[in-house]
Amino acid sequence: MANAQSAMVGTRAARADLRPQWIAFGLMLAFFLVAPATGLYAVFLMKVMCFALFACAFNLLIGYGGLLSFGHAMFFGLASYASAHAAKVWGVTPELAILAGTAAATFLGVLVGLLAIRRQGIYFAMITLALAQMIYFFCVQAPFTGGEDGIQAVPRGRLFGLIDLSNVWAMYATVMVVFFGGFLLIFRVIHSPFGQVLKAIRENEQRAISLGYDTDRYKLLAFVLSAGLSGLAGATKALVFQLASLTDVHWTMSGEVVLMTLVGGLGTVFGPVVGAFVIVAMANYLAQLGAWVTVVQGAIFVICVLTFRRGIIGELGHWLRKPL
Amino acid sequence: MSETFILRTQDLTKEFKGFVAVRSVNLQVRGGEIHALIGPNGAGKTTCFNLLTHFLTPTAGRIFFKGRDITGASPAAIARMGLVRSFQISAVFPHLSVLENVRIALQRKRGASYDFWRSERVLEAHDPRARELIEAVGLAEYADAIAVELPYGRKRALEIATTLALEPEMMLLDEPTAGMTHEDVERISALIKRVAANRTVLMVEHNLSVVEHLSDRITVLARGEVIAEGDYVAVSRHPDVIQAYLGTAHA
Repeated sequence: MANAQSAMVGTRAARADLRPQWIAFGLMLAFFLVAPATGLYAVFLMKVMCFALFACAFNLLIGYGGLLSFGHAMFFGLASYASAHAAKVWGVTPELAILAGTAAATFLGVLVGLLAIRRQGIYFAMITLALAQMIYFFCVQAPFTGGEDGIQAVPRGRLFGLIDLSNVWAMYATVMVVFFGGFLLIFRVIHSPFGQVLKAIRENEQRAISLGYDTDRYKLLAFVLSAGLSGLAGATKALVFQLASLTDVHWTMSGEVVLMTLVGGLGTVFGPVVGAFVIVAMANYLAQLGAWVTVVQGAIFVICVLTFRRGIIGELGHWLRKPL
Repeated sequence: MSETFILRTQDLTKEFKGFVAVRSVNLQVRGGEIHALIGPNGAGKTTCFNLLTHFLTPTAGRIFFKGRDITGASPAAIARMGLVRSFQISAVFPHLSVLENVRIALQRKRGASYDFWRSERVLEAHDPRARELIEAVGLAEYADAIAVELPYGRKRALEIATTLALEPEMMLLDEPTAGMTHEDVERISALIKRVAANRTVLMVEHNLSVVEHLSDRITVLARGEVIAEGDYVAVSRHPDVIQAYLGTAHA
């Protein structure tokens, strides 16, 4: 496949050639369909998909909007609590629980976005981090989050009141639909008229302003979309693990999503998915190393930054001369 | 004040921590003219541009565009009113293609820019107009090239094509020929002349032969103040201008 494609490299189409990305999408779909049969645990794969969606949502903001958020755990975590609370206390069906989580994160995204997008670079990162710490504190203190215990034994319930999600394959199919739906939405956003303006703002904000674009509004919309999709990931994760805990909203979660995106490839479409797979796999399969997992993660981060700064997919795309 | 002046300023002043970059400038630009703003380095020309488009906020004074007070309007709103600027360093979107660069400007006017759920194919509706503009600035064979790969002079041409896509009533060009080769300067001046046919142009320019060749009216700034105004012949004979350019002990 690689040879057949590099033969076409010389030609430059007027519109970006999306065929390599659709091929990669097909491979990704096939992987998640076939992977459970290869002996990989369904729960592990569902965790990968949830974090992959989270990383893709994060990447939408930094890779295409040029905004580095260091507080994305607040959307992931708050949605996780909201979804768990809706499913357990209100007893709603799982699709409504996920919707509740997503809505909570989207709403929080509007509030945080309004404050944060007025600043750039390190200041933007610091504001998002500070606000995320406030949300963390709220989650520690609020009565409904269960404090240190979190919300445990969240019922997965019946999807649309019909399909019992305690069946692992029904849950797996649901997570696949959520992940691929979210992924396709992000893909569409990147290749939409709005995405085009976002790229222009990332490339040269002053020029975009001088052409009459209220760049803050575009950045806010990108921020809210990213927050909402992060929430979708967190809300789904709460049902998969039947647990919402402080881990989801802790600042290390914000750091982990940065790591996933960098390892996979910042500003690439598939990089965050690969990055999430690598990081989740390490956390799972190196678990017996205990605290050493973070040392290994740190080492990988350093190696990544020093030797392949474009990330795994970024380097692959560069080598194939195809944007992935 | 009558409406013969499309843009005028009233005692425009900008101070930076005690240093006055622009002092009580009363600029008057007639509709349809090419008006040049010249002066030695550090005279406050670019600061003036930044004030006019609100990339900087004036310390004092007011700015009127088409009779409306635009002193407090946001930079993007000023651009939407029809007063569009270029930058001293070339302002393109480096990693977008030439065609996409121009389309960004067309897209703003024709809406749909917040549509995140639609395919970017809807933007192909702008392609014919974008290609016309690209051809008009002599970049036809570069339409699909990535902007960052263009030589410097071509980037400036692309920037003008992008600005023209907004069909602004008035263009502010900040040193449009700076750093260009001789042929590029000629091509860009001819282009400015052509596009100024049905709009007003205010430009900062160092190349005096370009200024002489193009401008109907010239304002000379030195140390933040207007020292002379008039056509090229009048301005070039003005003693203060000669002093400002040739320099004296305290210049």
